[in-house]
Amino acid sequence: MLRRDLLAGLSGFAVVMGGGAAWAQNRQTPTSAPAASSSPRFDRILVLVELRGGNDGLNTLVPYADPAYRPARQGLAVARERVLQLDERVGLNAPLEPLMDSWKARDLAILQGVGYPYPNRSHFRSIEIWDTASAASQTLSEGWLAQAFAGVTRPADRRIDSVVIDTNALPATGGDLHTIVMQDAENFINQAKAMRETGMRPPTTNPALAHILKVRAETHAASLGLAERMKGAPSQAKPYGEGPLANQLELATRILLARVPVLAVKVALGGFDTHAGQRETHERLLGQLGRGLATLRHNLIAGGRWNDVMVMTYTEFGRRVKPNASGGTDHGTSSPQFVMGGAVKGGLHGAYPSLADLQDGDLKHTIDFRNVFGTVAKRWWGLNRDFGVRQPQTLSFIA
Amino acid sequence: MTVTTRLGRRAMLGGTALIAFAAPAILSTPLRAAGAGFDGARHLLSRTGFGPTPSEIAAFEALEYDAAVDRLLRNWKPEAVTPPPSWIGMSPPQAREAQRSFQEKRAARAAGGNPPGSAPGADAGAPPPRPGNIPAKPLENANPLQEQGRELRNWWIEEMLVTDQPLVERMALFWHNHFTSGLQKVRFAPAMYRQNALFRRHALGNFATLLREIARDPAMLRYLDGAQNRASQPNENFARELLELFTLGEGHYSEADIKAAARAFSGWGLDPQTGAFRFYPGAHDTGAKTFLGRTGDLDGGDILDVLLARPRTAEFLVGKLWREFVSLKPHDGEIKRLAGVLRGANYELRPLLKAMFAAEAFRDPASRGGLIKSPVELVVGTVRLLGLPVPEKTRLARAMQAMGQNPFEPPNVKGWPGGEAWITTNTLLMRQQILRRIVEATSVAAADDGPGGMTPPGMMPPGMAPKPGRRADRREQMEPDPRPVEGRSLRGAGMSARLGPSLSGVDVPTLTRALLPLPPLSPLPADAGPGEAVATLLLDPVYQLK
Repeated sequence: MLRRDLLAGLSGFAVVMGGGAAWAQNRQTPTSAPAASSSPRFDRILVLVELRGGNDGLNTLVPYADPAYRPARQGLAVARERVLQLDERVGLNAPLEPLMDSWKARDLAILQGVGYPYPNRSHFRSIEIWDTASAASQTLSEGWLAQAFAGVTRPADRRIDSVVIDTNALPATGGDLHTIVMQDAENFINQAKAMRETGMRPPTTNPALAHILKVRAETHAASLGLAERMKGAPSQAKPYGEGPLANQLELATRILLARVPVLAVKVALGGFDTHAGQRETHERLLGQLGRGLATLRHNLIAGGRWNDVMVMTYTEFGRRVKPNASGGTDHGTSSPQFVMGGAVKGGLHGAYPSLADLQDGDLKHTIDFRNVFGTVAKRWWGLNRDFGVRQPQTLSFIA
Repeated sequence: MTVTTRLGRRAMLGGTALIAFAAPAILSTPLRAAGAGFDGARHLLSRTGFGPTPSEIAAFEALEYDAAVDRLLRNWKPEAVTPPPSWIGMSPPQAREAQRSFQEKRAARAAGGNPPGSAPGADAGAPPPRPGNIPAKPLENANPLQEQGRELRNWWIEEMLVTDQPLVERMALFWHNHFTSGLQKVRFAPAMYRQNALFRRHALGNFATLLREIARDPAMLRYLDGAQNRASQPNENFARELLELFTLGEGHYSEADIKAAARAFSGWGLDPQTGAFRFYPGAHDTGAKTFLGRTGDLDGGDILDVLLARPRTAEFLVGKLWREFVSLKPHDGEIKRLAGVLRGANYELRPLLKAMFAAEAFRDPASRGGLIKSPVELVVGTVRLLGLPVPEKTRLARAMQAMGQNPFEPPNVKGWPGGEAWITTNTLLMRQQILRRIVEATSVAAADDGPGGMTPPGMMPPGMAPKPGRRADRREQMEPDPRPVEGRSLRGAGMSARLGPSLSGVDVPTLTRALLPLPPLSPLPADAGPGEAVATLLLDPVYQLK
């Protein structure tokens, strides 16, 4: 007879999907592995925050002074009194108010109009373009972080390069990057210990089995270092409250405060695909984002980590300028990115896309996201990477 | 080469009887002429159903292979045998009213008052609180939508456990992952139930018919905002996914085609009272549109006609079925050939599946164990294999969710990516842990009829910390377990699965061949009894494969 408590407690573990193999079909890998520059920085960490579904940039960073904004946005236009003015042209939507401390302290950079040429409006394809830093016409299998660190020898004591507290691990997938996907540190460590078994010879002919054995080995190796570090780590100064992003940021903070030596941590907030009834949903999500990032900043400053961490949001695309009939917006093109951190040069960067010069009803991007990633690689980690941009530009958002 | 290796390993494990078993697989050239054999029958059943039991394999192994395939496809029944949840006839206004009433009561409770209509100070009709536990909430205090989602999942899991036609369930799951809808967006459980019934009706039927019906399916019209698509302001969501995910695949159409298709489907909506499909002529765009080269006052039906006339539609679908049943490695020539079979049969699915299951790439012994089981297959297959009675399915559903597959709630419109993506550092740990729990549940029942099964608080991830308001958490809190099992090695603890009727009396070599598609990576102890063998085999990495 089955006990009534079968599988009790298993529910405690959140869902994780992802892993890189799903993208592995028919893909070429980048042909060039650029040489590392002289002195890569391994003491700096990037926290990636994916805004899943396509964040509406026009109602995030609102071009309130543009006479075209209100007529174009109709009922979805953010009211003037709900805009937190940043300069004489643009301001943040009111739910992002928690970010104003960071803005005033000049450690919040806002990159305006980020996108790429020949924009793809499929969620899956566009996030893949971002995550692999590819051109719209090009299909790559490796994430941009894996590309950035290709051929770069990491310090010998490193077992983990990145922790993905989310379901999409593509930016950190591929190459020799050691990425673990987890939702909960204690459970991860305990389970990985239980996985220690010997006598497993890797087979050569079955890719599915080879994949399973590779993940087993990675998990076990990762757990060893993590367990040591997390023991007795300081706790965060300020709680994150409730919600999926809050939980992810809480774990991210623990990892950062424990000084687990990693290069990147990824979290995500979903729900931005606002095809219908956008206002309420979008404001709720912006509120979660604003509160979460402000709390993260507070805790990392208190923990003495703010100069070693850079937080960067991204999303697969912005949304169509003109709302649809459902009080929502369809898939669009460019949108802003937020970058925060002690080493960040605050302020607005780049130019807001013109509402008077649309392409097929969508904003034209003014910054290529691959230049953003290239800037992160160069200025944050000291790695020269152009991600295939012909005339790469280094942006000025990192001090 | 693979066969030789397997024979060698198996001979060591099982002796001469096993060699006799394995022999037909070696001698089966040409494949078509031979009977299915034990390993061939096992492969067919594991790819098209849930982990087969030794007796299921025995029923197929003596058949000619073609006859075995015919038996899978013949006389399938489109109705589920499990009675559906009681609320499937609810109308949208009734569901809204239930949700509104729930929110009102919750707001009243939050404000410190009593829910309207309830007796002061007590939950009328609630079971008496168990000593030492928090009082149980009466059912009417549960969020109706969440509760219906739970019942719906339990209903489907029950059906997968009891069905005698697992292929129909696998196909219903395939269609759910192809024509995705999720309850969280749809927010109306009866529509999700009816969509599942639609997938069953056409599980092994006709793709063209299914496509035409899914375009009018109420859950789909909600999930991809089709119900909001009007001539004055088209909503492109359904049109885009129709082309990208349901028929042609990315790169085989232009943005202009999406816009044209959205206009053609404008006015396809829902009746607010019944929730059924309804066409609104006033909201339909009657202007001329050009879609994939065809121009005219096209409507949604015309768009589907154009799509079904394109060879690419069959190729795209067959590519997905290939990945589901045959291999993660696409084979362009075979996919084109099988797409031809599908088109030649006017989109009837059975001729296609028959040809697919007879394909060399499917039957080749080297392809065995080349796919990774989905969480649903792993859980349902294991429970079926062990013959476990599971009166309460909620935990099985949550186990599936923990491993990355929550039925009726795909992660997004593209569905579960599947394949190697099923296995990450996190989900692999989950799989091992869940299998440990299942084995343990079979092995310690007699010794433990007391309360059991709560995760120690420290084991809870922050997002899943117990909340008194959550039904499932309350259930766990009502059944605390003093014996955490995380990290405990089954073999170290001397565990062995207690075998039910489905496995009892089967010798260890046969169990090994029935449970695993390939020889185990961790060899069984020479003196392992059947119970210990099963416990060990379930935790072998090869058990994750099919």
